[in-house]
Amino acid sequence: MIDLLTPPFDPQKILENKRALKKQLLLQEGLLEKRVALLGGSTIGEIKSILELFLLSHGIKPIFFEGQYGLYYEELAFENPALAEFHPDVIYIHTTSRNIMEYPRPGMSAEEREALLQGTFSRWSEMWQSATTRYGCVVLQNNFDMLPYRIMGNMDAVHRNGRLRFLSDLNALIYDFQLKNPRFHVNDINYLSACYGLDQWHDAKNWYLFKYALTPGAIPVLCHSVAAIIKAVYGKNKKALALDLDNTLWGGVIGDEGAENIRLGMETPEGMAFLEFQQYIGAVSDTGVILGVCSKNEEENALSGLSHPTSALKREEFASFKANWEPKHLNLQAMAKELNIGLDSIVFADDNPAERQVVRGFLPQVETVPLSVPEEYIRALDRQAYFETVSLSEDDLNRNSAYRQNMCREASRALFKDYEDYLRSLKMICRVDRFHSGNLGRVTQLINKTNQFNLTTARLSEAEAALRAEDPSYIALCGALTDRFGDNGIVIVLGARVKGEEAEMELFLMSCRVFKRRLEDAMLDEMIRRLKQAGVKKLTGLYFPTGKNALVKDFYLEQGFTAVSKERFELDLRGDAAQKYDAMEIVRYDA
Amino acid sequence: MTRERILEDLQEIFRALFDDKSIVIGEQTTARDIEDWDSLEHINLINMIERRFQIKFDMKDVVNFKNVGDMVSCLFHKLS
Repeated sequence: MIDLLTPPFDPQKILENKRALKKQLLLQEGLLEKRVALLGGSTIGEIKSILELFLLSHGIKPIFFEGQYGLYYEELAFENPALAEFHPDVIYIHTTSRNIMEYPRPGMSAEEREALLQGTFSRWSEMWQSATTRYGCVVLQNNFDMLPYRIMGNMDAVHRNGRLRFLSDLNALIYDFQLKNPRFHVNDINYLSACYGLDQWHDAKNWYLFKYALTPGAIPVLCHSVAAIIKAVYGKNKKALALDLDNTLWGGVIGDEGAENIRLGMETPEGMAFLEFQQYIGAVSDTGVILGVCSKNEEENALSGLSHPTSALKREEFASFKANWEPKHLNLQAMAKELNIGLDSIVFADDNPAERQVVRGFLPQVETVPLSVPEEYIRALDRQAYFETVSLSEDDLNRNSAYRQNMCREASRALFKDYEDYLRSLKMICRVDRFHSGNLGRVTQLINKTNQFNLTTARLSEAEAALRAEDPSYIALCGALTDRFGDNGIVIVLGARVKGEEAEMELFLMSCRVFKRRLEDAMLDEMIRRLKQAGVKKLTGLYFPTGKNALVKDFYLEQGFTAVSKERFELDLRGDAAQKYDAMEIVRYDA
Repeated sequence: MTRERILEDLQEIFRALFDDKSIVIGEQTTARDIEDWDSLEHINLINMIERRFQIKFDMKDVVNFKNVGDMVSCLFHKLS
């Protein structure tokens, strides 16, 4: 990540360097193009150019559609041929409390006030509903920032006719809307403005002169946050946090001072800071972020720190543990391999700037957290939005236990001489299902973040996946894998478009967590079985190389397909083409 | 601070904002003379000047700026 685009921001420097930054960011390879419609209830101008920088820094190249000034409602609520022709992937509506037309008056009756609240909310929600259904895309809007004044003073937050109370209630309705509409996302400017300082955020002069609803200096904070949501929607979140130990997770050098002398716990100010940082990391990992240790230490000393009685994090919470004297970039490479994730999915946190520098030098794709002093660690990590959550799937919640189960599987594998025996011993059950509303969240997540075992790397929004679920000429399958060590949840997705007697495999991807379980064979069998039932005689498999999916470049050849070009492989389904694979029981949920 | 000195500092701001080291401004310079100086960049310009000189323009000042000379006059007044 470019330093200028890493919080805390220097808005002046970003502004001065925006052209150069853009040029530099456009040089990156493999940028993902997304069509972003920008609509606003106030001036958008600079928001567009700064948002572009942040999106580019996440590898997303936006193509913008800019709505007319202040006409967001008219543009979204009604038919809009220009927007329809643009085919937006994302619609971002930038508003603020400046766009609230009417507030309750102090003497309003409870009924009138409720009607005003519902009326105000439904004007917004109908617009979002209209936008999501009309364009089938992701819609993003903020909640509302608090006002720069309080008519009733403190009571304004309490009384139902207070304006601040009105905004709080409106915000609560907006949150509930998102919970029911996964394609809609809230940008929490109520929080951002509080962090920035409301007195600074509201800049009356820039509003009266230029109709900027927030001070121009806050634009980087806003755009960073909006870009964080968009990158998370498109699967560009970080997946793992690799942590140093000495002076990162506790105070002191454990090898020199001994486990009993490290600062961790309520006894010292420093100890409290480290303890809270550990607790914060524990909570982050509960959302599905994988933890690893990357420390220059004797393993024994490192372990003694994590078994310290006040340590909030324990050894078993780390899916990968590298405490040795190897250079850290080598350990991070080994960690990526072990966890089966890309280096660009890893965030590295180390208090030592020299170690960070080495890692940045050797592995520019690894993000390093700019840690300074322990009391600022939480903020330094939190503000980066590396792990922005746009949905919390069952899978996220179980991820870390899944990695622990994998350690058990590895241990048991050592007991078998023959790999097939080992697979049979796992007593695997594959639950096959079609895409439906109950699994689309996880399916979309998998589609968008799987890089290695992904034949086409086609990325789909939830809306696009939903279209395929409903399309009778499309066979969209997902598979969940259970074995005697636990449930992996949905880990594989296949999608084939049927045209008469031919079909083309648009989606074929699998989570790295279940590599080498022959799940891909079983699911391909299942797909072929269903294609045959649909009267398909020829299946075309596609492989588009991306730089991350070399693992599967020969996949279709290994499955008995014939190459017709570098990217296309064909299989004749008229014979008995399917393999017989019996190490796994298949349960069909949709049958 | 002299008017000349203010103009020099303004020129640095113009060059940084428009990413063009060849820009030369005078008191008579207006938005018509600089290609990228549109309404959007005008806002950025005003905000950059305020931050660089550590002053705040009054709203009525900003409304009345007709050319760079007006900015210089206003800054001269604010800084003295």
